[in-house]
Amino acid sequence: MGHRLLPRAVNYGVMTSTDSTQPTTAPFLSLEAVRKTYPGVVALDRFSMEVRPGEVIGLVGENGAGKSTLMKILGGVTRPDSGTVTVDGAAHDGLTVEQSIGSGIAFVHQELNLFENLDVAANIFFGREPLRAGPLRLVDRAKLREMVAPLLKRVGANFSADAPVASLSLAQQQMVEIAKALSIKARLVILDEPTSSLPMAETEKLLDVIKGLKAQGISVIFISHRLHEIERVADRVVVLRDGTLAGTLPKSHINHDEMVRLMIGRMLKEREKAGEAARAPGSVALSADAIRTSTYPDRPVSLELKRGEILGLAGLVGSGRTELARVLFGIDERLAGSVALDGKPLNVGSAADAVANGIFLVPEDRKLTGILLDLSIAQNISLPNLPAHARRSLVSAGAELATAEKQKKNLGIKAPSVLTRTGTLSGGNQQKVVLAKWLAMNPKVMILDEPTRGIDIGAKAEIYGLMRALADAGVAVLMISSDMEEVIGVSDRIAVMHEGQISGILDKDDFSQENVLLLAVGKKPKLLQTAGGAQ
Amino acid sequence: MTKKDLGLLILILVVGAVVTAINPRFLSAINLANTSNLVALFGILSIGQAFVIITGGIELSVGSVIALLGTLFIDFIAVREVSWPLAFVLILALGAVIGFVHGWLITRLKLQPFVVTLCGLLIYRGVARFYTADGTAGFAFGQNFPTLEFLTAGRSYGLPNSFIALIVIAIVMWVVLHRSVFGRYLYAIGKNEEAAKYSGIRTGRVIIAAYVICGVLTALSAIYFAMYTRSISPASHGQFYELYAIAAAVLGGFSLRGGEGSLVGAVLGTVLLQELQNLVNLLGIPSSLNFAVMGGVILIGVLVDQQWGVFRARRRMLEASRRGVAGAPAE
Repeated sequence: MGHRLLPRAVNYGVMTSTDSTQPTTAPFLSLEAVRKTYPGVVALDRFSMEVRPGEVIGLVGENGAGKSTLMKILGGVTRPDSGTVTVDGAAHDGLTVEQSIGSGIAFVHQELNLFENLDVAANIFFGREPLRAGPLRLVDRAKLREMVAPLLKRVGANFSADAPVASLSLAQQQMVEIAKALSIKARLVILDEPTSSLPMAETEKLLDVIKGLKAQGISVIFISHRLHEIERVADRVVVLRDGTLAGTLPKSHINHDEMVRLMIGRMLKEREKAGEAARAPGSVALSADAIRTSTYPDRPVSLELKRGEILGLAGLVGSGRTELARVLFGIDERLAGSVALDGKPLNVGSAADAVANGIFLVPEDRKLTGILLDLSIAQNISLPNLPAHARRSLVSAGAELATAEKQKKNLGIKAPSVLTRTGTLSGGNQQKVVLAKWLAMNPKVMILDEPTRGIDIGAKAEIYGLMRALADAGVAVLMISSDMEEVIGVSDRIAVMHEGQISGILDKDDFSQENVLLLAVGKKPKLLQTAGGAQ
Repeated sequence: MTKKDLGLLILILVVGAVVTAINPRFLSAINLANTSNLVALFGILSIGQAFVIITGGIELSVGSVIALLGTLFIDFIAVREVSWPLAFVLILALGAVIGFVHGWLITRLKLQPFVVTLCGLLIYRGVARFYTADGTAGFAFGQNFPTLEFLTAGRSYGLPNSFIALIVIAIVMWVVLHRSVFGRYLYAIGKNEEAAKYSGIRTGRVIIAAYVICGVLTALSAIYFAMYTRSISPASHGQFYELYAIAAAVLGGFSLRGGEGSLVGAVLGTVLLQELQNLVNLLGIPSSLNFAVMGGVILIGVLVDQQWGVFRARRRMLEASRRGVAGAPAE
């Protein structure tokens, strides 16, 4: 891709060779030159790492760096194309799910797999309940409690075994998951973004649990976007970038800047920095003043969106970007604060209000909320503006087809006809249908949430072109994106969210992946001029 | 008319031919008139039900509403001497209010349609029985309302007026469901309420409107039933009618998941159900088997339809795979 890589010298504790002299104990798990490709993508390449008993490994990397592929390999869900996975001294070409579980590798996923309607004990021993003698196969509750008690003690639980899971906080539910892992004699617990949905105090509890596991000789792989948490608990940090090992940091070298540098792994590209000449900013189209969303009720968000600009909204998954979009579009309730359109206060109580005022949303989940898969292209495009395609309340098929044909041509929607069911289209063409329905009705403010997710390169470029054309036509465009290159390449300004708040706004001169990432994890960006917009 | 409707029509004709062959009285003028009157009364219910089912909802209180509103209607005109046109309008308004309350509870307070209307089923039946002190509401001897009776139980050109009313209502509601902006909204909401909301449709209002339509049509039907039976014992009047209405809609191709179905189908479904009732009577099948016959036919109908769909999907897939062997898969 032509970007200059940082010097590889950042690999302080090199884990890529086995002749390293340092191991004092045999590693519980080691991966050697693991490679995994999917059609058209190298998900993981020449990747090696090892985990010793009682060691806490922090695993970091941007979205798409290969973390989930690595997890799938460890869980036995996918087999690597080449390389070896050694668990407990036994080398394998790849693990099966049974081998993974059997050797004591346990996962605690971001989305918990608990039965909320059952109590803690039932969840921990689900399917493995101790039974009483007799033909009725009744659960031996006394024995069950006896078995659960020590597990809860090991995770430092402050709740009882018969508490319903639904009554527990998220952190407590995670403790249940960890206790479940311990109950199957886990030797390595992999925590996948466990803290991303936890508030501060809860996070503390979880970090304590991790320290407790370590003290018991259990290894932990802790995956998180929250680098300060990694700083606090990890013995070693493994950084993934573009499917390869970007570097390993021993405890003494774990610090925030180093991790960010390894994650990005490249200097600024000229294109990213210079871009086009700065546009004359238009007047403020949409302004949000101290609005609060139900996800982060204690964090007010203020934002100004100008005519003719594309404002990129970056931040980590779960930082509150989508929630902000949903409030601006009237899907979610606004708990506090005010919104103004063209300087006039605007009360958006429903998506219908937003649409009536020319505020449109291209939602994150295209198939669930963007389009109706069972309706035709034409029906999807006319839906938000149906009265305009009707005479005396009766839908005019002619008007509907005319609009659809026009939009199909303008956007280059590839389909046999406008009567084609949208469910049969490719992702890129579906997204164009979502755009088409809004473009057909003169947007003032266009909010796009991950507009190019799951879309092939060609369609991506077309969608960027459309967004730019909208901005040039005076529309205010707000683009939420987790794709760093996209945010930097497309935006005129970038606002970054961190844990429910705007942590800073970058002007074109200060665009860099590093700055965006710094703001995304709540740190100060490195601004060229002091005149930058960061708060 | 969809393929499904056509299939249903053919089934109706085949069953009719078989019944006629066994008992030619099936085609007698008096039998046809009676049956078409019943088709009309139940058809109006089915159309109302269809509007609710298309949104993915259900209306279970229909039978009880018929008992309550029928009782009230007879009480208004026979006992309280309200002029019948006024009583007529009042009853329709009450039906609208009931529908509105159901819709409001479902959309604003997020209750499940099944629960709301099940409670309605119990409440209205209870209120109706209480209102007459479990007695029977009926007309006094010699009391008559010539115009009202003509409109509800009379005939024009040999056709029951109720049937003519059904035809008119069916045409109007067909246009509403299949051609109007509102109808398109109903389909969109039934298919995917969330996506409809994201397209700026006020889904709550549309769903409430569907329940109001169902309420008004049920009220109209209640008046027809009251004038047909002329006396109502609220403990049993209209019992299970909601199930006839739901069955007709399902036979007519409505999916209980919402977003699918044609109004012609719902009417034809009613015709088939009444034909089956008639068949039980005409062929001397013990009337205790009535429900069993109906249940059996609906089950077979739905099964055939579903299996046919699976078969077609499989055939389409095979074709696509044959065509796509050389080319790349289309996503």
